[in-house]
Amino acid sequence: MGRKLLLEHDHIPGIQGYDVYRKMGGYASVEKAVKTMTPEALVEEVKKSGLRGRGGAGFPTGMKWSFLAKPEGVARYLVCNADESEPGTFKDRYLMSRIPHLLIEGMITSSFALGVHTAYIYIRGEFYYILKILEKAIEEARTNGWLGKNILGSGYDLEIYVHVGAGAYICGEETALLESLEGKRGNPRIKPPFPAVAGLYGCPTVVNNVETIASVVSIVNFGGDEYAKIGIGRSTGTKLISASGHINKPGVYEIEMGITVEDFIYSDEYCGGILNGRKLKAVVAGGSSVPILPADKILTLANGEKRLMSYESLSDGGFVSGTMLGSGGFIVMDETTSIVENLFTFARFYHHESCGQCSPCREGTAWMEKILHKILDGKGTRDDIDLLLEIQAKIEGNTICPLGDAAAWPVASAIRHFRSEFEEYVKNPNEVYAEKQIDEVFQVPINY
Amino acid sequence: MPKVTIDGRTIEVADGTTILQAARMIGPEVAPPTMCYHSKLKSSGGYCRTCLVEVTKGSEKDPRPMPKLMASCRTHVMDGMEVGNFTSTKVIEARKSVVEFLLLNHPLDCPICDQAGECQLQDLSYENGSAKTRTDFERRTFEKIDIGSKIQLHMTRCILCYRCVKVAEQITDGRVHGVFNRGDHSEISTYINQAIDNDFSGNMIDVCPVGALTDKTFRFKSRVWFTKPMQAHRNCDKCSGKVNLWYKGEEVLRVTGRKDQWGEVEEFICNTCRFDKKNTGDWTIEGPAHIHHHSVISANHYEVFTKPQEFKLNVVTPITIEEGSN
Repeated sequence: MGRKLLLEHDHIPGIQGYDVYRKMGGYASVEKAVKTMTPEALVEEVKKSGLRGRGGAGFPTGMKWSFLAKPEGVARYLVCNADESEPGTFKDRYLMSRIPHLLIEGMITSSFALGVHTAYIYIRGEFYYILKILEKAIEEARTNGWLGKNILGSGYDLEIYVHVGAGAYICGEETALLESLEGKRGNPRIKPPFPAVAGLYGCPTVVNNVETIASVVSIVNFGGDEYAKIGIGRSTGTKLISASGHINKPGVYEIEMGITVEDFIYSDEYCGGILNGRKLKAVVAGGSSVPILPADKILTLANGEKRLMSYESLSDGGFVSGTMLGSGGFIVMDETTSIVENLFTFARFYHHESCGQCSPCREGTAWMEKILHKILDGKGTRDDIDLLLEIQAKIEGNTICPLGDAAAWPVASAIRHFRSEFEEYVKNPNEVYAEKQIDEVFQVPINY
Repeated sequence: MPKVTIDGRTIEVADGTTILQAARMIGPEVAPPTMCYHSKLKSSGGYCRTCLVEVTKGSEKDPRPMPKLMASCRTHVMDGMEVGNFTSTKVIEARKSVVEFLLLNHPLDCPICDQAGECQLQDLSYENGSAKTRTDFERRTFEKIDIGSKIQLHMTRCILCYRCVKVAEQITDGRVHGVFNRGDHSEISTYINQAIDNDFSGNMIDVCPVGALTDKTFRFKSRVWFTKPMQAHRNCDKCSGKVNLWYKGEEVLRVTGRKDQWGEVEEFICNTCRFDKKNTGDWTIEGPAHIHHHSVISANHYEVFTKPQEFKLNVVTPITIEEGSN
């Protein structure tokens, strides 16, 4: 059994409520931090822990915290990004709905470390029921003296507010999130300035993922050095993986970084193997936006070693033969899956979620979806496959925010690794997938 | 003062200058084209991606090249920065594809569009685009929306540069329009079909780089290249009163703000000047207006009509003429 830090008490009945959570050692990190540590020492511990952002980009959290500008007399904010909307990722939802106090505890500790007196949790609109859970947790924390004025008699004040978004994927991008939090249209800002200098209401702001903030609790409890011993290389600690697709046991798993991908898919502790004993075809390892990998490449590295569940190992080989850990949305596909249909679903998603601000993403995502629809309709040509590749190359890197990249990478990788499948569709669409009428399958209203 | 090199030409500029501004200071031969940037509007730019440049050297301190192409209108120069614009094949390629993206859903109805002849998208696609389209999908169209008596909104032509939104935000006293919806369904519209009615709304027409917002009082009156722009002014209590009058024969067909070398409005004008003062008698004529950008009217024939024997194209200094002699 791997070590568990976040979901250790997940199975205990009543952990959602304050009393049980406190009895299981909850809020110890706040006590330790507020009573015995200075904010600077806390940031140092997080730096030592090697914790990397769990939202997808994997940027070292300690470094992000140390970039926070601290001008005199200007408010600072901590914003928790709970706008989890990446297809295939559902770890934050699980964490927040099962152990809401872990997030609140992490928020208090992190806010203290950053010298923040107002913190926000930006939660996506579809998680309305979690809003209730979090607000209840915040209320309980306040009643018990963990929030409000003069926390634990230290003179430190903190308020946490939960803000509900309106269900836009783009608001998971940190600057779009800040715009939305300010009450504006959720368009990503042009960087620089980065949020650490001018974020929410123009003030220095740190935006962290739910899991990142929750991980701070264990870092403070055990110390940064101890935390850094868990995991492998620069991928320290534990990571929540949302496993879905054709596996026997889909769900959220907490893994110690460094277990092999093969173990994760086939061992009974985790996914429990492929459904109905079929063969593994492909895996999207970190949520819909990371490159898809075929079975052989996801299980082994180019040098023949086994691929591990860690930031470095998953991205080994670059985009030619590697992928990314991303936000940990682990989508497994068996041999019956059509990569073209899968890609169409992703492309449709990115088209729908593009904010429309910059031209490559606005027009390109729609164009890619239309071409994929055409290919699935049996009207595609070989040129269309090349055109897809070319469009994605022109979107990637040329947009304001990473949504453009996220829309481009799945297309590039699917064609790179499964080109023959696309060509099959183009050559004899009626014979290969005659039984599938695409419009019936997807019920897609396409406005050509 | 940071020194920046663009396409091999070095210039020293003030702190906080953007790459685009520096390039424009050097001259049009290195200045990237723009669609959404407008020098007189704060926080404009960054959306259209036509001004992307390659930063081959970040700065003297940190000489690493920037990994992505940067929007020159929103990237500040650093000392020792080296930038590739027309000399960078990456930039040329990217720009070509941006033009392709912008034209993907553009109706290309130039033959019936009032903007034709002074359209920035026309210029851009002529200079940077390809001759053929690679899409055969039906183009996106929008229902027409009535936004008042002065301005025609033709959303189908819009490239979502956000300039008109910024005009409404920064120049008029109340913004009643904005961008609705998301992705390629985004559209400019007013809040529940409100009319846009305030003293400076007409500037939205001037800043629109395409034919999405046109002057209702000028629609279908004339192709712009059959009209002669004259610089004129009047005493106005709301604005500077400095305008261009567009003549066809003796008749003033429309009044617009003056545009600079880059096609951007120099001084915003009020609706009284724009829509209500269409008699030569209302104005003091200064002389022919020079058109800089590369479309048909920039032949500037009208500039030299007084003395045919001195006929030259592209006279830089406008010849002053007596009032009323036009």
